[in-house]
Amino acid sequence: MALPDQREAVFVRIREALQRPAPHRHDGHVDYDMSGHSGVETPPPESDAFRAWLPSVGPSIDDQITLFAQNAAQLKADFRPVASLDEAARQLAALASENGWKRVASHRHSVASGVAEKLGLPCLLTDSGYATAELEQCDAAITGCDALVAQTGSVLVTNPSAGGRALSVLPPHHIVIAQRSQIVPDLASALQLVRKLYAPNWPSFLSFITGPSRTGDIERILVLGAHGPKKLTIFLLPYHSL
Amino acid sequence: MITFAKDFKSAADRVTKDLRHRGLIQRALHSYEVKRDEFKGRYQNWNEARQAASEIKWEAINHLDKYLQEFIAKLEARGTRVYVAGTGEQARDYILGVAKENNVRTIIKSKSMTAEEIDLNEALEHAGCTVFESDLGEYIVQLRHEKPYHLVFPAMHLTREEISDLFQKELGSEPTNSPEELTMIARRVMRQNYCRADMGISGANFAVAETGMISITENEGNARLTTALPKIHVAILGIEKIVPHLEDLALFLPMLATAGAGQPLTCYNSLFSGPRQPGEVDGPEQFHVVLLDNRRTELLADAEQRDSLHCIRCGACLNVCPIFKNVGGHSYGTTYQGPIGSVITPHLRGLQNWKHLSSASSLCGACTETCPVGIDLHHHLLHNRRNAMHEKPLWWEKIAYAGFVFVMRRPTLYRIAGKLGALFFPLHKLVNGTPLDPLRSWTKTREFPAPAHESFSEYWRKKKSAKEVNRGTP
Repeated sequence: MALPDQREAVFVRIREALQRPAPHRHDGHVDYDMSGHSGVETPPPESDAFRAWLPSVGPSIDDQITLFAQNAAQLKADFRPVASLDEAARQLAALASENGWKRVASHRHSVASGVAEKLGLPCLLTDSGYATAELEQCDAAITGCDALVAQTGSVLVTNPSAGGRALSVLPPHHIVIAQRSQIVPDLASALQLVRKLYAPNWPSFLSFITGPSRTGDIERILVLGAHGPKKLTIFLLPYHSL
Repeated sequence: MITFAKDFKSAADRVTKDLRHRGLIQRALHSYEVKRDEFKGRYQNWNEARQAASEIKWEAINHLDKYLQEFIAKLEARGTRVYVAGTGEQARDYILGVAKENNVRTIIKSKSMTAEEIDLNEALEHAGCTVFESDLGEYIVQLRHEKPYHLVFPAMHLTREEISDLFQKELGSEPTNSPEELTMIARRVMRQNYCRADMGISGANFAVAETGMISITENEGNARLTTALPKIHVAILGIEKIVPHLEDLALFLPMLATAGAGQPLTCYNSLFSGPRQPGEVDGPEQFHVVLLDNRRTELLADAEQRDSLHCIRCGACLNVCPIFKNVGGHSYGTTYQGPIGSVITPHLRGLQNWKHLSSASSLCGACTETCPVGIDLHHHLLHNRRNAMHEKPLWWEKIAYAGFVFVMRRPTLYRIAGKLGALFFPLHKLVNGTPLDPLRSWTKTREFPAPAHESFSEYWRKKKSAKEVNRGTP
């Protein structure tokens, strides 16, 4: 049953509506009499200009890691810079025994799946399809990522970097394995990076994960672990460890 | 008409007298304000950021045809089915059609005010589907058979005790007054629903024209699960959600979070550009994007108020509005509450029926000042009042103003009217505030000022003659 699409009628209405120009806003005032309207439109500012207004980010990688760590602490995410892959694996094993993990999930990834397999626990890999109910039973998900955003403390994930859409959100503990070269200063550079990595074959899903899942819907009181992971742990490996 | 205005007045009267309710709302909004100011303070220049956000939205809205076309073409090229709906009914029918075609029984929904606007849940339930709202606040108001109280904080009018009672009654859970335990109850219920739902429905916060992506902002992870697990994903959004470029989100995502929820960035900001693509391990087989007009083009045609289509539904104007804080969200009787609701509802649902909302304002301008995209909200309230008057002048107001003009132009008549007013004023005391009082709509809650003992012109004359007397005696 094909319902006729109304796009033609809607586009006609839009074009008719736009016959009359709209006033601009300048210095906090709207120029209703259009006296400031020169007829020449100046293009709106672009993302490189945003940097001067958004929260500031230091220029060096070390500044950015420090800022990421501060943001992560505030977001109640567990950020762990480590010296080597082995150290990450050791700390992960400690997490597994502390939290009594019985099974984990991961995906084929240059380092995440390797670390996951070292745990010696049953490990579900999402790459060739999986049953939702099975993934839901896993205690932790171990994934890679595309970038860490210093300005906001966010982890950027996409289908290829994090084993699909569900892996990084369904299990109650999300472990991210990142490396130093993946630190970017801000959201604008993260989006520019996504463009460089994928355009025009964009992954169908990408997400900025900023701390563990949360809600304030009951009396505006913060509760962690609403529907997504209750815990988020981010390991930062040095360069060249992938 | 009038019933909407009457309902608003009586609801507003009732809520304003409910001090417990007002206390609850004001406490919640106070904690929001503290956080908002903290994170606004981290911006190097919030005002410049606002100006830029306003310019980007101006560009998108004033070239809506171009950007919308680009958005649709990019989505369709990657296998998304796009449906453009002229009315709410067409949007509902399309989504019902998709549900029927695919034998959908269970639907999981993440928060969408656009879906609220067209009463989508009611239509789906009527067709035999079971719909679960997955956002915690939305789930709570759904269990109460209520509309969202606030477009960002749907259940902010309820205490944890009320929510615990509700969960006991509806879900058979144990009583608790811990927000954490209450959240976990909803989490457990919803986990089963994500896995068994045949269809996921979401809204969208932004539509990126250049890349053909929708952007969804949330904190709980429910939208991510809604868009990851079911075989079909339907997103419904207004045609005004457009931004031109992907990188524009670097400005809008943090501003939306800070203005809307007092956060530096919300927990999940996800972009979707199609159904599951070749080589991807999961995601829906079908992705439908429903673009809704529903009289947005009428708002677009009003060049003066076109900037109200810049709105990113952050709710900041509600949070600072003295009217919202006192009358509460449900009193409005609209999908969109607060100043933005008062501005746009007359365009979406009819000026004469909804003009009263534009009068429920102190015109303090707090909404305009806080709006992250610089919508001239409080002036638009005035524009609505003026347009309502021009469209349908009130006969008694016309007579009253004609009389006023007649008297004001004749000084003698004006003096006599003043004297008569002062003479009869003591009689007003007898009826003050009672139903017999002709000034009742004023005197019900306020004092009517007593006339001065002497008018200004009398005072002036006296003073002048005194001066002349003084000058005359050296």
